[in-house]
Amino acid sequence: MQQSALTDYAFDKPGHSGIVSDWSSDKQAFPVPWGKAMMWIFLLCDIFIFAIFLIGYMTVRISSNVPWPLPSEVFALTIFGYNMPLILIALMTFILITSSGTMALAVNFGYRGNRKVTAGLMVITALLGASFVGMQAFEWTHLIVDLGVRPWENPMGAAQFGATFFMITGFHGMHVTVGVIYLAIVAFKVWRGDYESRGYEIVEIAGLYWHFVDLVWVFIFAFFYLW
Amino acid sequence: MAFVAYADRDEVHGHDPDTFITKYIWSQDHKVIAIQYGGVAIFVGLTALVLSVMMRLQLAFPDTFNFITPNDYYQFVTMHGMIMVIYLLTALFLGGFGNYLIPLMCGARDMVFPYMNMLSFWAYLVSVIILLASFFVPGGPTGAGWTLYPPQTILPGTPGNELGILMMLLSLAVFIVAFTMGGLNYVTTILQARCRGMTLMRMPLSIWGIFTATVLGLLAFPALLVASIMMIFDLLLGTSFFMPAVLSMGQASDTMGGSPILFQHLFWFFGHPEVYIVALPAFGIVSDLLSVHARKNIFGYRMMVWAIVGIGALSFVVWAHHMYVSGMNPYFGFFFATTTLIIAIPTAIKVYNWVLTLWQANIRMTVPMLFSIGFIFTFTHGGLTGLFLGNVTVDLPLSDTYFVIGHFHMVMGVSPVLVLFGALYHWMPKMTGKMFNVTLGKIHFWLTFLCTYAIYLPMHYLGILGIPRRYYAYGGADFIPASAQSMNVGITYAAIILAFVQLIFLYNVFWTLFKGKPAGGNPWEATTLEWQTPDTPPKHGNWGAKLPEVYRWAYDYSVPGAKLDYIPQNEPHHGHDSVESDSDDAVDEAKE
Repeated sequence: MQQSALTDYAFDKPGHSGIVSDWSSDKQAFPVPWGKAMMWIFLLCDIFIFAIFLIGYMTVRISSNVPWPLPSEVFALTIFGYNMPLILIALMTFILITSSGTMALAVNFGYRGNRKVTAGLMVITALLGASFVGMQAFEWTHLIVDLGVRPWENPMGAAQFGATFFMITGFHGMHVTVGVIYLAIVAFKVWRGDYESRGYEIVEIAGLYWHFVDLVWVFIFAFFYLW
Repeated sequence: MAFVAYADRDEVHGHDPDTFITKYIWSQDHKVIAIQYGGVAIFVGLTALVLSVMMRLQLAFPDTFNFITPNDYYQFVTMHGMIMVIYLLTALFLGGFGNYLIPLMCGARDMVFPYMNMLSFWAYLVSVIILLASFFVPGGPTGAGWTLYPPQTILPGTPGNELGILMMLLSLAVFIVAFTMGGLNYVTTILQARCRGMTLMRMPLSIWGIFTATVLGLLAFPALLVASIMMIFDLLLGTSFFMPAVLSMGQASDTMGGSPILFQHLFWFFGHPEVYIVALPAFGIVSDLLSVHARKNIFGYRMMVWAIVGIGALSFVVWAHHMYVSGMNPYFGFFFATTTLIIAIPTAIKVYNWVLTLWQANIRMTVPMLFSIGFIFTFTHGGLTGLFLGNVTVDLPLSDTYFVIGHFHMVMGVSPVLVLFGALYHWMPKMTGKMFNVTLGKIHFWLTFLCTYAIYLPMHYLGILGIPRRYYAYGGADFIPASAQSMNVGITYAAIILAFVQLIFLYNVFWTLFKGKPAGGNPWEATTLEWQTPDTPPKHGNWGAKLPEVYRWAYDYSVPGAKLDYIPQNEPHHGHDSVESDSDDAVDEAKE
């Protein structure tokens, strides 16, 4: 062994000493592939984008001197004669969280090397994501056509309701759409066997992005629909 | 699941680019991308320099130059500021030097994702083209000031309030995408692709500065992106994020209930870290330049690293000191004044350490060294005036005067630019393989240094007189003495000389390329890895067959008992030739 070139890794050490030895090691700070490290850093950056969107929304809503529409009325649907508040959004949230579950299964099967099942689960995840986007389109249509909400005006109160709602859910919906495309591409390559030699970290990297998009939705859900 | 570190993998023979296009145009080599970034950044920087000369001409001779209208003047102010801060300084430090130095100094063959790195440059080029194209749209570029404060940015009366501002916001959004693609690469490369023996605490300070600045950029640019998106909505869709009910030119607007202050918060949440995105790479690079040319280890390396990280962290909690006059709760003013002044502590540590590095050193008065010493002067100067502006009560009368212009040009205009020149001269022998003309370099330094003082020192005095900034002409206001106008004329002469002096630098670059003598691999006798490459300029893949291995920190200069007065980082230990002052090698040796 070369003198003084640090080669001993202590990645298995638990707790604080593990963190210290990771960061003080040479070559790399984390025992993960580059793509995964980069995805984590990108997600940190994306967290800031969404956090600033939501903080902007909260500022606008708190400082508005025109009443804000009641979420339980705006986001209600009348189905079979029953007025059901938040029914659509509850379903959308359920679907998105379910898709996180199928994604986690896909990661597991990926590391076991079962590429058919992995690809299948990723396709299911992507389909659930696509149905989420579809329902979001339905909700937008409902707000725009039936209730007359526009980005610049809102018959039920503060104009900023429409502006923030379309901007933030639109930005999130764009993330979901990108995720669906990303998952579909990775699923196809998994199915074709592209990662047999390189390993299946890519499934987990796609999964990180997908879970992040789900997690952000939980915050958007809480701040738009439950506040 | 064990993941094999990059430096431990078997050598993979990459496919070397062979055609002219893949080598120099659509290149994925970090060195070529760095030079592309640098070339474009210097080009737009020169554009902004010309704009500043036009502004100075107007201020010195208000009635002479009829082709400069008030609208033009505001457009010049805006574009000069935006280009200099973002498209020149950010792009040249991170896209240029970040790209060039990170893989070379960390001992990697390239960035971790070269294709994305290439996309980063091309997106940057697109953002520059959009920005410059705004000069040619109806109405011209936006004239709202580089801070783009609403509501006036998009109201009639401000030049470029329709297309100009839209192009500016789009260009910023594209720039942010470009920066994110590059920045993710820089951070991941530094964290994950170092060579054997290169621990974080053995990295040169340049890399620490670039690393911290990139992290700041990744976390601060989101605020600008969000603000840009919201303002584009206000502009195109008629939303009221930032637009209150306004009576503009006798007409009530359709907007209601928006908050201009929200924009200011978002903008400065980006804008203040942006100051350090520009300053931290300069801090890091100047530390290395001082150490190399003073033939002495940097004083307090560990403290320098923590100062960089600490300044980076603090820079996120000081933004509202740009908004003392915007109106806010006095307790906020107290909080932000306190955090602002706390930043003085790590900053002062750095300045002391630079000076102590020079203390009793074997100083070589090379061109990079001159620029570094110049930087210590201008930065200390700008930092001290920052203490005035950081205090709420002192800031209020000085706000929006020439004092502010003097302050921020000293601290984040001139200082980083001096480091940029120092760094360009320092690494030019590595980039081109040839030595520049030293005499021209020294003339360039002295004229630049003296002219910047001739420009910005009087501005502090003008500011204390109360002369407001961003005015097209001052007319015959009673509180402005006649001497102020003669001072303005003097500043303008200095600015014109300064602008022409930069031609010396450009000439020197071409002189180096065509007439420079071969510099050799390590003309400065430096220890860091980029000077130890097998070829100069380094070839694709940087290191030939075998990655380097690092055995020591980056500052083994004038080690007692050593053969030479420097020991490269990749030289193994032979007995007791090295004094590892505050690096952790002593511990490692004890372990072995």
